[in-house]
Amino acid sequence: MSLLVLNNLEIRYGRLTAVRGVSLSIRDGDTVFITGPNGAGKSSLLRAIAGATPASAGTVEFDGYNITGRAPEDIARLGFSMVPEGRDVFGSLTIEENLMVGRGMAKKDRDWRTKAIEDLDAVYQTFPILKDRRNSQAGLLSGGQQQMLVIGRALMTNPRLIAIDEPSLGLAPNITDQVYERLIGLQAQRALTLLIVEQSATRADLVGGRMLLMRGGQIVLDGNARELGNGAAIQAAYFGYEDH
Amino acid sequence: MLQIVFDSLSLGSLYALGALGIALIFGVMRLVNFAHGDVIAFCVFALLWPSTDAMAIVFAGQLPWYLLIPLVLSVGAALSVLCEIVVFRRFRRANPATMMIASFALGFVIRYFLLMLFTSRPKSISLLPMLSQPVEIFGARLPLLQIITIIVTVLILLGLTFFLRQTRFGLEMRAAAENFSMARMLGVRANRVIMGAFALSGALAGAISLIFVSQTGTADIQMGSSIMLMAFIATVIGGLGSLSGAVLAGFALGAASVVMQVILPVDARPFRDAFVYGAVILVLLFRPQGLIAARGTQERV
Repeated sequence: MSLLVLNNLEIRYGRLTAVRGVSLSIRDGDTVFITGPNGAGKSSLLRAIAGATPASAGTVEFDGYNITGRAPEDIARLGFSMVPEGRDVFGSLTIEENLMVGRGMAKKDRDWRTKAIEDLDAVYQTFPILKDRRNSQAGLLSGGQQQMLVIGRALMTNPRLIAIDEPSLGLAPNITDQVYERLIGLQAQRALTLLIVEQSATRADLVGGRMLLMRGGQIVLDGNARELGNGAAIQAAYFGYEDH
Repeated sequence: MLQIVFDSLSLGSLYALGALGIALIFGVMRLVNFAHGDVIAFCVFALLWPSTDAMAIVFAGQLPWYLLIPLVLSVGAALSVLCEIVVFRRFRRANPATMMIASFALGFVIRYFLLMLFTSRPKSISLLPMLSQPVEIFGARLPLLQIITIIVTVLILLGLTFFLRQTRFGLEMRAAAENFSMARMLGVRANRVIMGAFALSGALAGAISLIFVSQTGTADIQMGSSIMLMAFIATVIGGLGSLSGAVLAGFALGAASVVMQVILPVDARPFRDAFVYGAVILVLLFRPQGLIAARGTQERV
């Protein structure tokens, strides 16, 4: 079943068109990479789905609801959790407070606190480093730890889908490996759908799943990450070589 | 000496509460709300019956204090939320300068509304008269009201700290103040948080108006703007958007005003405010980001 469906989505900033008519359907439980060079429209696409940037044309459906033009908080409440580029931790809040912000949408009923603590524990189990430093300010964490924190915070919303913009940005390769290892583990454990934006196709090749290649605001290639690999087709699409 | 300390603290209390009201709203929506002072004035006049007399016809002001205080606080909160819904909500995506001008305009609307009903003549009014009698502490005779002002301010600050640190809504407000767009993507409801900030800020305006009127015994349409100016300066020195900075700077300004009143030569006293503002400029030259810089001054969604 399709969890996320885009229909001819178009995003314009003034006279600049960042995304031109993207149509796409993502199945529940899939891992989907969106790769492509700088300025291909990848981040704009994610932000528009999350409701943070208005779409100029086209529609977005999530879990059967039309979410085009809805407020970001409403989209988050449907189970779409966005981890934007640059990580955006709340630096003056403690780690535990950061995680609890993701809890704001939970119904405040009698066992609200018990459930929150259970979910906190689950996040701490995945990222033990966060538990060790739960009461320190999030702004003091290293880049890798912040990346784990924002993934943990996204998990606290109990999402169906997590969209992550460049999780490897500014991280050492071995830290990036750790982050991906956790992500893949989580996906298996929780039946999550992952939508990951990365500039390089190498990561998609390692992890596997579906890969979309964007260039000039359009999807130019769509296929299995392992089959596409780093082959000639992907290079041509990435850099926009014409056939000679 | 003790007198100076208490004078500074009680004047600082007013500035700190005012600055807090401005900083709360600035934190969540990058709006410098110049209408805040007029909300303060409105709270007082809400207790009076419209008239042109010099003696105020106290209407709701005759209520016992346990009804009077909640009434004034809720008048402030209600007016402030109303301003949000009617005016500021339409300017959410506008740039901060536009919002600031809108708040000026709104302030004038409120002020002239009061002017229409009450005329510009200041009215004498005695609210909570039992508070004006002096008490003796450590050999100094202090007005009971001053002590109560300080205690009330400390209680408000403690209550607000508890609210922001320990409750879910407070946590959402702090997150939103730091990065509004990220908070929304985690499901924090923008309208609720902003309305909450306006309600709190309005209730603070109510508290200020009660304290101010009990201290001065007059209700004046201009009364809000004098506090507002100092409070605004306090928010800037404190670091715009930083709540603790606003409070700290509020008290510092109160202390500076009182101390200058005492130490300046008699001839220079009428120019006290010039000296205070001079000190403000000095502070800003050395710490342009404010005493306590606020995090996350990014663009809002």
